Amino acid sequence: MTRKQRRLTMIGGSLAVLAVAAALVLNAMRDSIVFFSTPSMAAEKQIPPGKRFRLGGLVQPGSLVRGDNLAVNFSVADGSATLPVSYKGILPDLFREGQGVVAEGMLDVSGVFKADTVLAKHDETYMPKDVADALKKQGHWKDEYGAKPGAATVPVQTKGASR
Amino acid sequence: MIAEAGHYALVLALALALIQSTVPVLGALRGDRALMNVARSTALAQLLFVAASFAALTMLYIVSDFSVVNVFENSHSMKPLLYKITGVWGNHEGSMLLWVLILALFGGLVAAFGNNLPLSLRAHVLAVQGWIAAAFYLFILVTSNPFLRIAAPPIEGRDLNPVLQDIGLAVHPPMLYLGYVGFSISFSFAVAALIEGRIDAAWARWVRPWTLVAWVFLTLGIAMGSYWAYYELGWGGWWFWDPVENASLMPWLAGTALLHSAVVMEKRNALKVWTILLSILTFSLSLLGTFLVRSGVLTSVHAFATDPARGVFILLILCIFIGGSLSLYAWRASTLKQGGLFAPISREGALVLNNLFLTTACATVFIGTLYPLALEVVTGDKISVGAPFFNLTFGPLFVPLMLAMPFGPLLAWKRGDLLGAAQRLAAAGIAALVAVAVLWAWTFGGSTFAPLAIGLAVFVISGAFSDLAERTGLFRVPLATALRRGRGLPRAAWGGAFAHAGVGIALIGIVCETTWNSEFIGSMKPNDVAGIAGYQLKLENVKQRQGPNFREMTAEFSVTRNGGQLGLMTPSKRDFTARGSSTTEAALLTRGASQLYISLGETSAEGAVAVRIYHKPMVLLIWWGPVLMAFGGLLSLSDRRLRVGAPKPAKPARALQPAE
Repeated sequence: MTRKQRRLTMIGGSLAVLAVAAALVLNAMRDSIVFFSTPSMAAEKQIPPGKRFRLGGLVQPGSLVRGDNLAVNFSVADGSATLPVSYKGILPDLFREGQGVVAEGMLDVSGVFKADTVLAKHDETYMPKDVADALKKQGHWKDEYGAKPGAATVPVQTKGASR
Repeated sequence: MIAEAGHYALVLALALALIQSTVPVLGALRGDRALMNVARSTALAQLLFVAASFAALTMLYIVSDFSVVNVFENSHSMKPLLYKITGVWGNHEGSMLLWVLILALFGGLVAAFGNNLPLSLRAHVLAVQGWIAAAFYLFILVTSNPFLRIAAPPIEGRDLNPVLQDIGLAVHPPMLYLGYVGFSISFSFAVAALIEGRIDAAWARWVRPWTLVAWVFLTLGIAMGSYWAYYELGWGGWWFWDPVENASLMPWLAGTALLHSAVVMEKRNALKVWTILLSILTFSLSLLGTFLVRSGVLTSVHAFATDPARGVFILLILCIFIGGSLSLYAWRASTLKQGGLFAPISREGALVLNNLFLTTACATVFIGTLYPLALEVVTGDKISVGAPFFNLTFGPLFVPLMLAMPFGPLLAWKRGDLLGAAQRLAAAGIAALVAVAVLWAWTFGGSTFAPLAIGLAVFVISGAFSDLAERTGLFRVPLATALRRGRGLPRAAWGGAFAHAGVGIALIGIVCETTWNSEFIGSMKPNDVAGIAGYQLKLENVKQRQGPNFREMTAEFSVTRNGGQLGLMTPSKRDFTARGSSTTEAALLTRGASQLYISLGETSAEGAVAVRIYHKPMVLLIWWGPVLMAFGGLLSLSDRRLRVGAPKPAKPARALQPAE
């Protein structure tokens, strides 16, 4: 092979691998990307049942109900809308009513959000960044939510057994 | 007083870095040896002053001087001494100080052991190190000074984030930084080569060991971080495709590619321009990682504090260094001479293939990590790209890479014989097929993917040693002869085999853990028994206990299997009073490479504890693999060839020390 042919083989091979990678990325982008919504955004966009998304907001005070076998029901509110959530498993250490939470899962046909992952942080005054931004945008932000800025915070995920 | 001294030492280090970044370049321009030699002394002096500054901060932590903001915010007088010391880098300011300390350490090592480098090359390399150092000193002094005082000193500190109060903090960040920052050396060498417009034998000889050192530490640092997350976060995951983890994986992938292309450059004098580009990219990705982690654009355990000024400053550093070095590359790369022709099927060809797949895999991680940030800036939509994305892109790219891996070392330089290599891999192939068949039969009706993946891993492991067996004549000559020949082989050959086998071992761990892991989640009262994977776990009792700076609830489980007592497991939940936060301390019981894992959830009113129990088969292989890779790297590093150094025409070669 001449130098030119060799170089062409290399370039051809590289392009082939890159094309495959691009196809893989585009394919994965279509199927495995999860959007973030607050309850009112979810109502606005009319997210269909069975589509995965991340739900963020405040845990509605007084809405937490514990059932048998670690089943938990609570509501997530953002000031203008609420959405009931059901989850099975262990909640993060500092999951509290009235505080910020992010849950990942999908709506069922009756409009209940079935969460399989609940994220919260190891800090009492924690507010997930996405939730804080959304609340600020909708004008429901209160300053005490972010009372301890600069404190190190840690996201903790728990996964439901239902996976 | 100590704080002011530390601050002052840091300012002096900045001044030295500024001298180091200008005077030697001037000297190289004029051909003035004295000016070029300034680089050496300033690099060593700089290391001395940064070390003094770091020692000052450590001292402040040890004596719990809460008049310093940084100590007040991250320490507590009741904290055990180890965590007082590790707390120095358990926060933004201190970790940046560790970053520059390690940067100065690498600069100092080049200065101390670089006597056999051409003088102008050493001057340029150290000058580039000086630029990086100056930028980061400025960053620390302007936006993140760890030595600031409080006007009215409080009596007690706010304590360190409890999750970080762990031995992991003593190991993980220094290891990771030695890796991240270690790549600055190959970056500096690359930029120096571009400035000088030539690459000689000394260049290649130097870049490879430094890359190897950085790579070994980065490998261990990532593995350590993964194991820490596994036992500390309490839900048994070991890799989350979290942007911060990706930030460390990207330089690792690029660095692994660099490691392999540097071999081609060293042995065959080919792929020069590509190696230079990879050196630049690898360190750029390290800088990007620093930006992602430290700027606060991501919410994570690593984002200690969010301050927009810091983000903008690091972004500026990022743009100047990445943009500058890539422009320099575009401008000067054509002046470097190409050398070493090779056929597509050859050792070089295999290494090019390796580079192609590693960099492409790195690119997919890059896209998955930065796409959500870019989308949020452009459209305001918030998305999360999680494990499914990476499994669908990264996974398929690694399959061909691993299939090709055993072939590489068996191909000859310049022009290889693929059929011959395949014949020599026949034994490995048969071993892999047997493994697939046995697993298939054993787990009949289960996952079809898992046996195939394990077969691939077996192929990689046995393939890694096929080359050695071939070269020592194992099974063909008497064992003693084979052993003697084995000892005679270059250590780099052994190192490569171990590193490749490590990849296969990690893959076995990953596949077993994800496919056959079982979990039990439920609430348990004392004397309740949970059964999992043939083990019986009985909750014996639940106790309260007072630790040095926390209160603790421990649960005691006795573990039995087929009636035989195996031991006690005591997971706990700790409440840290100073921060009002709590952590989950998982209990682990190791059986071979498998582990039982218990973590506790909340306690209900009736005294039942929510419990999460996992059985994780072969999970330890996930971390033994990287440890083996790092061991292989160290073996390679001790190879005689690297110790002896590149031959020089006139003076006798002086011993070149690898940077341990």
